[in-house]
This record gives sequence, C-alpha cells and structure tokens, in this order.
Amino acid sequence: MSNPLRGEVIRLYKNLLYLGREYPKGTTYFRERLKAAFMKNKDVTDPEKIKKLVDRGEFVIKELEALYFLRKYRAMKRRYYEPEH
Amino acid sequence: MHRSSEVKHVASYLNTRGCECFGQPCESHCPVLTDRTIHVQLKTFIKIRVKPDRTGVVTDGVKHSMNPFCEIAVEEAIKLKEKKLVKEVVAVSCGPQQVQETIRTALAMGADRGIHVEVSGKDYETLGPLQVSKIFAALAKKEQADLIILGKQAIDDDCNQTGQITAALLDWPQGTFASEMTLEADKLKVVREVDGGLETIKINLPAVVTADLRLNTPRYATLPNIMKAKKKKIANVKPADLGVDVCSRLEVLKVDEPPQRQAGVKVETVDDLVGKLKEAGRV
Repeated sequence: MSNPLRGEVIRLYKNLLYLGREYPKGTTYFRERLKAAFMKNKDVTDPEKIKKLVDRGEFVIKELEALYFLRKYRAMKRRYYEPEH
Repeated sequence: MHRSSEVKHVASYLNTRGCECFGQPCESHCPVLTDRTIHVQLKTFIKIRVKPDRTGVVTDGVKHSMNPFCEIAVEEAIKLKEKKLVKEVVAVSCGPQQVQETIRTALAMGADRGIHVEVSGKDYETLGPLQVSKIFAALAKKEQADLIILGKQAIDDDCNQTGQITAALLDWPQGTFASEMTLEADKLKVVREVDGGLETIKINLPAVVTADLRLNTPRYATLPNIMKAKKKKIANVKPADLGVDVCSRLEVLKVDEPPQRQAGVKVETVDDLVGKLKEAGRV
C-alpha cells in the first residue's frame, strides 16, 4: 500500500474541502465534484502517478486561491474606484 | 528620541464588521446604504434587512470576515517581517467573541500574536472610528509599536477615519492610501494613491499607514496554516483596562432602505417621449 502518500492525499483532500467552502457555485456543488474526482482515481497504486495527481490537486488549490483573490479584488475595485475609460 | 533602525512591532488593525460576500452585485435584492452596494454571494443569498427599529442593518447570523483592506494591511506587515525588517507582527481587533476568528485568520496568514479588545453588545453597535482609534493609541503606547498598518476604510461603514484619527491621537506621521511602502533605515517611503495620481512621501517612524487596494496581494489562510496558528496566543483586553471610554458621541437617527425602483414606461414615438417628459415636469 502506498502508505506515505496516503497521508498526502488525505491532506490534499482536506485542504481542497476547506477551500471549497467559499466556492461561488456553492459548497455542495464543489464537494460533490471533489469527491467524484478523488473516487475516480482511488485504484491508482503507482506512486509516480499518485504524485502527479497530488501535484494536479495542488495546482487546483492555487487556482482557487487566485479565483478568490480576483473576485475580491474586482469587487473592491468596482465598488470604490472610478472606472477607467 | 532616536529609534533603532530595526522596527520592533507592527500592529495591524482588523475590522471584522464587513459582511461576507464578494459575489456579483445584486441591487434588486439588497438595499443600498449610503452609496455602497452590498454584494450577495451568488447562490446562497443573504438578504440584507434593515432592523425594525431602523437603527441599522441586521447583523445577527450574518457571516463576518476580515475587511479586505485590512487583509492587505496584514499581508504588508507579514511581508515586512519576512524581509526581516520587523521583529513582530501583532494583529488587533475590537469586538465581541466572533472577532477571535478574524484574529485567527491573521495569525494563520503569519502574524505572531493577537490581541482581542473585548467590546460587546450596545458598545459594539456604537463602536466607531473615534473609539477604535483611542483603543489603538492606548495599545500602541502599551506595546511600544513602531508602525501601525490598517486598511484604509471598512467596507461596512466606509468611514476612512480610523487611521487618520489614530495618527492624530499619537501625534505620529501618517501615510494613507498607501499603494507602495518601503522601509529605509529610520524612515518610511510611502507612495500614496491620490485623486491626482500618485504622491510619494517620506515619513519618520513611528508612523501610521493605511493600506489601499493595490498595496499587495493578500495570501489565503490555508488549512495547514490555520492549524499551526492555533498554537499562537490571543490576549484578551478590555477597553477599560486601557483607560479608554467607548461611549459614542454619535446617534444614528434613521437607516432606510433605498426607494423601490419604479418600473419603466415604454413609449411608441419620440413625440410620446417628449409628452411624457413634459408631464413629469422634466422638460
């Protein structure tokens, strides 16, 4: 069993779940798709492949952080700053 | 008094009363208070309601989060610490118990410790920039802070006063609307966003800086950081301990929803349009 990587995968799942709370389309929407994505790969045993998938998960985390930041930035900019023509 | 070139403390003020929504604006649902639009999360609508006694907006059960400008302030403080220009970052917030969550977010972003100034109930509803600034000034003297960074304004009351009043109470120089700040030995170079463009000033430390939108990109407090932050301390203080009177000098007379938008009227020809305008007395 890929025991050391199991911890990493679970950690990744928890992090993504935490990030998904603020997802614009809703927490349930995000959680369903997250679970489906993880379940689809549950039988992968090759450590190389698992590492690749974990990296993809980290990439998604970064994308989500960027999404949240941009959403907030744009909301603030729209609210408080004059539109530049 | 000569200050050592290494800044000892940075205290960031966190405002927690902003409402938690940064989705699409939804003017038809939400009343507009003054000239701000309260944005609503796309799927889970939090209907903003004015309280029945018309003294404010219902805030019970509404999720509160850190003021976006204050997030930028905290990020700047932590950046200074990472550059080793600052020894310690202290995050401060004033309010009831829920405020601790916001302090925890700041700790997760990288602050070293937190101070929770307990203000609850009636006092909290009337807590305004003057009271907060007094608390801040007292804390700055007590903690011997060299630099105070806060957000330029809170998105719930849009006062844009706390930083300025704090600087005045402490008699410290201020760099407001900072879009860039650099620490140079004993002085602080601040690039300010003003109506005419950008203004660069050099101010002595200790100083107060208020953060504008483009100062930096605040980091997200991820779960592992939040777990680590649980070990950091949050001190509990009461305004009375600092010798500050939180009584407000202002009284809210009335809070109203904006007038309902009238339905538009369709006209067939230009003459009809002119006729209708004349009727309405606009022409």
